[in-house]
Amino acid sequence: MKNILELHNLKKHYATQKAVDDISFNVEEGSIFGLLGPNGAGKTTLLRMITGIIYPDTGSVLLDGKPFDPLNDIQNIGYMPEERGLYKKMKIGDHAMYLAQLKGLSKSDALTRIKYWFRRLEMESWWNKKVEDLSKGMSQKLQFVITVLHQPKLIILDEPFSGLDPLNANLIKDEIHELAKQGSSIIFSTHRMEQVEEICNHIVLINLGKKILDGTVSSIKQDFKENKFSIKLNRSVDTGYSNDLFKIIGQDKERLTLQMNSGVSSNDILLHFIKQGLMVESFNEILPSLNEIFIKLVEETKATTRAFQTV
Amino acid sequence: MNKIYLIAQREFLTRVQKKTFLLTTILLPLLIFGFYALMIYFQVKTGNNTKIAIVDKANIFNGKFQQDDEIEYKLVGNALTTPQLNELVELKKFDGYLVIPQSFNPNGKDTLQLSSGKSLGIMTREKIQGKFEKILEQQRLLSLNVSQSELDSIQNGNKIKFANISGQEDTATKVGISYGVGFASAMLIYMLLFIYGSMVMRGVMEEKTSRIAEVIVSSVKPFQLMMGKITGIGAVGILQFIIWIVLVIGLQMILLPILFPELMHHASQVAIQPVGVQAAKQIQDHGGIGAILDGFKQVNIPMIIGCFVFYFLGGYLLYSSMFAAVGSAVNEDPQDAQSLMLPIMMPIIFAIVIMTKAVNEPTSALAVFGSIFPLTSPIVMMARIAYGVPDTVPYWQLGLSAILLIAGFLGTTWIAGKIYRTGILMYGKKITWKEMIKWVVRKN
Repeated sequence: MKNILELHNLKKHYATQKAVDDISFNVEEGSIFGLLGPNGAGKTTLLRMITGIIYPDTGSVLLDGKPFDPLNDIQNIGYMPEERGLYKKMKIGDHAMYLAQLKGLSKSDALTRIKYWFRRLEMESWWNKKVEDLSKGMSQKLQFVITVLHQPKLIILDEPFSGLDPLNANLIKDEIHELAKQGSSIIFSTHRMEQVEEICNHIVLINLGKKILDGTVSSIKQDFKENKFSIKLNRSVDTGYSNDLFKIIGQDKERLTLQMNSGVSSNDILLHFIKQGLMVESFNEILPSLNEIFIKLVEETKATTRAFQTV
Repeated sequence: MNKIYLIAQREFLTRVQKKTFLLTTILLPLLIFGFYALMIYFQVKTGNNTKIAIVDKANIFNGKFQQDDEIEYKLVGNALTTPQLNELVELKKFDGYLVIPQSFNPNGKDTLQLSSGKSLGIMTREKIQGKFEKILEQQRLLSLNVSQSELDSIQNGNKIKFANISGQEDTATKVGISYGVGFASAMLIYMLLFIYGSMVMRGVMEEKTSRIAEVIVSSVKPFQLMMGKITGIGAVGILQFIIWIVLVIGLQMILLPILFPELMHHASQVAIQPVGVQAAKQIQDHGGIGAILDGFKQVNIPMIIGCFVFYFLGGYLLYSSMFAAVGSAVNEDPQDAQSLMLPIMMPIIFAIVIMTKAVNEPTSALAVFGSIFPLTSPIVMMARIAYGVPDTVPYWQLGLSAILLIAGFLGTTWIAGKIYRTGILMYGKKITWKEMIKWVVRKN
């Protein structure tokens, strides 16, 4: 699969700290990519370098196989920053038109696309309202429309769901999936793990300016599995029960949580119970959630939340 | 370029479409015109408002009394007693009375007393004092057997007529008008620099605090955003300026003759009369409007307006980018803006100080320096230009000043662009000048 975005050894140092310290990764075309990290990990700096707002000290950004050209590639990127705002006094329709034209759309193109998106997200009646009359969730929706309006190849969303109610969050989520299906690639930056698990194919975790994890969601879960299994039997067994295959680390009536010893396969465990004449009603491996992996890794690297964004 | 235009267009339209724009643009000239009309009104209509009764017991005035513009003297009968005079003043028939006792000796050092109902103004007092001194002086000379014709020939003073070497008249009125025009245009530039400069600063602060800056700089370069804002607001300034000029000139040409027909009549008379003793005397005597209208003809108005527009634009571009840089460095707290603005205010205040010297001594070294140095030239040069190009300001100085101003604003815009680019995306931290200088020096 083709890579829409390649980062090679990006570095950005500020006076007192290394905001981004030698980060490389690729984003596949049409994928939904999660960029994760605790507060102050360097996510925003990284995103700003990808969008050409700031320049890396060293390293290169390739967009669609070619070196990133801030002047012309702006049209290929839609960026919804975490710190986002709108001109309060402007009318919503005018505001969308203005930002669309800044992206390089012609007036008529901008108008038809805004109308399309407003209809799609049920915002048609908003056209003549002022931005200051919008609720936070409503302006979030407007921000989203503005970001995707010019049909960018790469869409970057920094915390897109903050402030959205579940209904609107789902609406946006569906749109993200739809856009990915149509061939746009999406980078999704957040620290809300349950959303990542739900949406992303591939994730990168950064902390203290360094990449500490890179892979698909399923492969990462496999990598971090701790050989824990959940088994449900037809009758309860003695908790003290242990052998050289596994340890019982939790019991809830007939359901046992097992820690498998190394060098043992899951079939061995099943055979063990079957041989004892017990009926296995269910058996599955317990995979760690991304949340657990995130907390574990970040604590390992001793992340203390860094001073609030020093540039 | 297209994006700068789009941004400028938005900045321009959002400001021009506001009600406050319409209000200030229309109201300010009306206000200025109102003051102007009021001033003229008082100058024209307030004559003969002070009435002084004179009891000439010594018969110094011989029954004759030359009237003055603003003070009406009236000889009243010698029989009137003090209480009767007091009553006349109380009845507001007169504002005051002056009794010249029979024993009064014009050659002596006797003092006369003027009793008035309410205290008289300083100008009126001086006029009365002057009048009496003049009359008594004549009396004294006549008593020394100086004939009236001899007296006239003495008083026919030989005046020095000031002119420049090319033969053009250089009257005191002209110098006065140059002073006035220079001072006024320099002050106007100073005010406009501040008004539009801080408008730029507030605009940048708004963009930063409302967090729209990052949304926009993902579409355009920060420099384009800054330049768009500066040009948009500059265009508002030019539009406002044009409306003001049109309104003020229009009001003067249409309303003034309607309100004060006698003034215009008077002015045209003054202009028609040949330059001679009579006219000069009249100008001196009337001491004002006629002379001013006449003097304005000697000032190169198109030159001044042209330079004004150039120096306003140059100064605006030079300072507004710095205001933009300051705006980008400010966080939520507007108080920060004040301390950060100080380094920008200093050269402007410095320029005002030089300007007040330059209007008095337009060719002094300080004035020449101030009018060429780009941080002060928009204000100081305007004070000098009113004195005439090329006699007071040689062409080379004007040219050098213009070139340096253009270079200056390119320089400040470049520096400000670097500060702006970093500042606009920084939140939460208070930024110092030291850091800003670091951003400027730092390589990309």
